[in-house]
Amino acid sequence: MIRFLNLLFAPGFFQNTQVMNALLLGGVVAAISGVVGVFVVIRGQSFVGHAIADFGGAGAAIAVLMGINTLWGFLGFGVLSAAVVELMGDRAREHDLATGIVLSVALGVESLFLYLDTHFTGQAGAPMMILFGSIFLIKPSTVSIVVALTAATTVIIITIYRPLLLCSIDPDLARTRGVPVRIVSLLFIVLLSFVVAEGSFIIGALLSTALLIGPAAAAIRITHKLGLAMLYSAVLGTLAVWIGIVLAYDSFLWPPVRRGWPVSFFVCALILLFYLLTRLREKLPGSGIMMVRRVT
Amino acid sequence: MISPVKVKKGDAILSIENIRVQFNQRCVLNDVNVQVFPGEFIGLIGPNGAGKSTLFKVILGLLSPIQGSVRVLGRAAKSGDRLIGYVPQKLFLDPNIPLRARDLVALGLDGHRWGIPLPSKVRKKRVDEMLKAVDAYRFADSPVGQLSGGEQQRLLIAQALLTDPQLLLLDEPLSNLDIKSAYEVVNLVSRIGREKGIAVILVAHDMNPLLSVMDRVLYLAEGKAVMGRVEDVFRNDVLSGLYGYPVEVLHVNGRIMVVGGNNSGINGYPLECNCCKSEAAT
Repeated sequence: MIRFLNLLFAPGFFQNTQVMNALLLGGVVAAISGVVGVFVVIRGQSFVGHAIADFGGAGAAIAVLMGINTLWGFLGFGVLSAAVVELMGDRAREHDLATGIVLSVALGVESLFLYLDTHFTGQAGAPMMILFGSIFLIKPSTVSIVVALTAATTVIIITIYRPLLLCSIDPDLARTRGVPVRIVSLLFIVLLSFVVAEGSFIIGALLSTALLIGPAAAAIRITHKLGLAMLYSAVLGTLAVWIGIVLAYDSFLWPPVRRGWPVSFFVCALILLFYLLTRLREKLPGSGIMMVRRVT
Repeated sequence: MISPVKVKKGDAILSIENIRVQFNQRCVLNDVNVQVFPGEFIGLIGPNGAGKSTLFKVILGLLSPIQGSVRVLGRAAKSGDRLIGYVPQKLFLDPNIPLRARDLVALGLDGHRWGIPLPSKVRKKRVDEMLKAVDAYRFADSPVGQLSGGEQQRLLIAQALLTDPQLLLLDEPLSNLDIKSAYEVVNLVSRIGREKGIAVILVAHDMNPLLSVMDRVLYLAEGKAVMGRVEDVFRNDVLSGLYGYPVEVLHVNGRIMVVGGNNSGINGYPLECNCCKSEAAT
């Protein structure tokens, strides 16, 4: 048993502060991403989530240049771009082409600042850190920021839960019921940018969408109950991040470079695995879900 | 909780007087008058772009007319009024959306409230009753996205009824349904309306599924309206006057069709909206 545990958790795993911080923050961020992700899937806003991440990446590159915590960069530019997308209104959001162009501009700006980062700050690792995450480089100050953001997100999502659901199903219906649709949508997209910023910090700007919608997409194939879907999504996301951290720590001894594989690789691979497993479960004859599907 | 409003016999549930609605100088509704009484079933008929959806928005308090008044049980129309139940045309939902039929219906009860819903026996009982009332109880736990158009329409009606409305507005509920489901939905709405004394306004392109149940018809065309019994509205002279060019009302085996023009065509008649000519010129 001890030997098995030693094999699973490489020596020093539980003594390492960075690893403990990564487990704590990774778990918190994955859980809240999972909950918000279910609403993102319902509202069909995964593309918006990705756009926010790309803008956030540009912000983080600027933060490196200024010598401040990259989380502030992700957060500042993320919230800004989210507010702009929301205020442009429904018509603009449906313009695929416009969003695509704006997205590439964000990536272009990001590439410029990443280039400047490597030349002026001497941080050759900055692009890797911003695009693919820096979960093992968490400063103590970051912990309190992430915990505060997550607490705020939780409170707001609980507050707007029902009106948000009504807006997501039919905005006109919500309007007739006296729901302030614009305010609720704006609040949600701000929450979304909080969660995307946290996710970008953990597994990188390019991969934060995976953490946001992957567990949610898997969860909605296991259950049709909204509350349960959020719970499953949070649990799957947390599992992916935790197992990813364990594997990344173990991989310090793995070939080819024996300096560790990136956490983000493991997290994304696990999310994909979970998703495929839920699809497989659906295909199996006699699984409970099939019977619920078509009662009539 | 809003105290129940007493409806005196003979009082109109909905009273629209001389309203005029304009978008960017274009007149969408002009001098429209509507009175609806408790328990009445009104078919709102008219071609595309006649202003049917606009009229609903005005009644729901989402749009203000530039002149005239709209009163629901004597009070000015405003959004969030629980006396009006609204049934949207169609749901645009992903088939895998994690939402069961009963969850959708429950939103009619408290979807506008802040916070997460707390499980309660009263809440569940009311939702169950309403699911049974619209004959949807058998698929109460099925995911909404995988139900048929007719099944979804029943749920939308159930959620609207949970606000205890005096007036039920249905926006083209039949347009996505097969003929059998359309008749089922019409009969359901008509039965519930009569049982509960709820006035119903149902928007439809085709008036035929409504012929056996509607008390009066409200016909909109070119931004104008006529209202009356079926036989008083579906007449060549009445509808031609409304459109501003000749249309013919055909009766085929008890069904009604409205077709444009007559044997001599529609030449010589202006096709644009008469009511707005003066604005368009300025």
